[in-house]
Amino acid sequence: MKTRRGAGWVLLLLLMWLSPAMASTADHTRFDALEGPFESAEEVTQACLSCHTEASKQVMATRHWTWEYENPHGGETLGKKTMLNTFCIADQSNEGFCQSCHVGYGWEDDTFDFSDEGRVDCLACHNTGDYVKKGGWAGWPNEELTDLTRAAQNVAATSRATCGSCHFYGGGGDGVKHGDLDSSLFHPHRDLDVHMDVEGLNFSCSTCHQTESHDVPGSRIQGTAVDAHAAMIRGSDNGRNPATCQACHGSAPHESGSHAQRLNEHTRSLACQTCHIPEFARGGVPTKMEWDWSTAGRLDEEGNPIQIKNEDGYVIYDSKKGDFVPGENVVPEYLWWDGNTTFVTAETEIDPGERAAVNAYHGTPGAEDARIWPVKRALGKQPYDTVHMTLLKPQVAIPGNETAFWYNYDWDKALAAGTELAGQPFSGEYDFVETSMLWPITHMVAPGEMALDCAACHADDGRLAGVEGVWMPGRDRHERLDRFGFGLAGLILLGALGHGSLRFVNRNRRKGH
Amino acid sequence: MSERIYLFTRFERFWHWAQAVLVITLLFTGFAIRGVHELLGFETAVRIHEAAAWLLIGLWVFAIFWHFTTGQWKHYIPTLERIGAMIRYYAYGIFTGAPHPYKVTVERKHNPLQRLAYLGVKLVINPLVWVSGLLYLFWGSVRDSMPAFFGLEQVAGLHALGAFLMLAFLILHVYLATAGHTPLAHIKAMVTGWEEVHDESQVKHPPRPS
Repeated sequence: MKTRRGAGWVLLLLLMWLSPAMASTADHTRFDALEGPFESAEEVTQACLSCHTEASKQVMATRHWTWEYENPHGGETLGKKTMLNTFCIADQSNEGFCQSCHVGYGWEDDTFDFSDEGRVDCLACHNTGDYVKKGGWAGWPNEELTDLTRAAQNVAATSRATCGSCHFYGGGGDGVKHGDLDSSLFHPHRDLDVHMDVEGLNFSCSTCHQTESHDVPGSRIQGTAVDAHAAMIRGSDNGRNPATCQACHGSAPHESGSHAQRLNEHTRSLACQTCHIPEFARGGVPTKMEWDWSTAGRLDEEGNPIQIKNEDGYVIYDSKKGDFVPGENVVPEYLWWDGNTTFVTAETEIDPGERAAVNAYHGTPGAEDARIWPVKRALGKQPYDTVHMTLLKPQVAIPGNETAFWYNYDWDKALAAGTELAGQPFSGEYDFVETSMLWPITHMVAPGEMALDCAACHADDGRLAGVEGVWMPGRDRHERLDRFGFGLAGLILLGALGHGSLRFVNRNRRKGH
Repeated sequence: MSERIYLFTRFERFWHWAQAVLVITLLFTGFAIRGVHELLGFETAVRIHEAAAWLLIGLWVFAIFWHFTTGQWKHYIPTLERIGAMIRYYAYGIFTGAPHPYKVTVERKHNPLQRLAYLGVKLVINPLVWVSGLLYLFWGSVRDSMPAFFGLEQVAGLHALGAFLMLAFLILHVYLATAGHTPLAHIKAMVTGWEEVHDESQVKHPPRPS
């Protein structure tokens, strides 16, 4: 019965996925508006909008367009536009390069018109090929690699390919940032991702990140750390994030096996991901665990930039970027998280005497509204202002000028230009400070049989060693009680042995009786 | 000239030895769960511990029923009568070959020290282990009705305390089982049901049918 119900769920999910992807009621090659030929990307957008009249407005209301986000907890303005990280450090002053992943055309600097509907890039998410946005084009498609007419006539729902073309490459390269998102998820096998398995459920990103009005749910900036509810019907408008595990599986997902009840009780303390994503970067693509900018700029004898690779062929030093530590099959760190995250911004004063946490995950150990989550902790070393005590925004990636670090290897110029364009005060004095940044691990969900076993945590020095707020048999014990208990047992044993020896020694007196 | 009395009925012997096996199993797996030893994997230990616990609960239900329907509970009524003599015997007389101060009969098959010890097991250790164990097992369902100061840590502590007391009892019990007129006499009695006695007065009542 349970099996049949499970199969029913799978079928329902498949149908929901198949219906938009396969059963489109429109053949876009037959539309006059898409006949082309298109001379510019903006013309394609206008053609799309001639039928999909509201699409641009919808997109422009989302973070995919604004790269801006107001923290509901702290009120500070966040979003990629202004935030700092421990990888490429900052978007501001590098827009021409980084905005190749913006769903728009031409965001090169702060003069970009966010109200121009013609600048919305429909094809970035809806192409099925023949369309490439590459670094350095401010979001414009790379003309050599793009056929606008073919791309426009062959639009479709989003796919792992379209989402992944940006999200798998965050931080400037394959798998760099997240650890649980990289190019291995274009065609994942079952062990890598049980839902996206190309020979199995074959989920696309939007199967979970089910989008309404172009607003894609799910965010690492403010995550849904706790969703202690039953499964919900896809499309029901109840304000819940449809991308959580619980949105489909509910909060008592273990149905069979003698441990089902016990495992379900673990959901009171653990995020599903904690057991079901045993390691990240499992697809053969390493993620950057450490990035040290302070060593960047070392050149060879002829003054040319160098790259050093490790034995696996991964870059571990690049003159443009510094030293890297790549990691594959990485065991996450674990911490309590209630979804609230705070960030160091360009205004935040830091203490250079210790590692600066660029973001902090909040959550009270043991609290009802928090769960133990797996995270990637990326370590960094990046420039800061030794007078203002703030992390600095360098200009690194803009070619053809005298200031960007990648083309001049001069921190003074890169920092002066970057901070000026970002509107950040800069004293001219700088040094490098150790930093860290957390990333939630939520993708690359493994099949059930690969989930962590009990002893991964219920042991001395297990994965949750040091995580407070839970009493864990196997990890925790009462030192004094144990000393008392074994002491008592030991004394009695000694007493018995002594008594027994005396009996043995005196055995003849007894016989004589 | 030695006689025999039928001291332990078939159910009582089964109860005793099944309990012995289960208690030892529970102690062994319980200390594996607590991380005291690593001779079993955590998960295996939990599975065995839980299965053994349910078996012991079942056995206990039968044993309680048996105690009350047969009147055997009366063997555990505590008495201080001759307890001084018992203590003196174990402290001194046993080495000198003094006669055992307590004559076992079918009506009174446990000496005063045994009565106290077994009553302690039944009224203190067992309830402590079972109540804390069931709380432990059903913690997910009961935690919300517990006061704030009483968490899983306290449940685990009480359960472990019960386990340590049980371990202490077990060691003492096993040792004293060898303290009959021969080291194996008591153990043999618990296997066969028949206790050899050396005093006619102890056999004045015929054994009741089993």
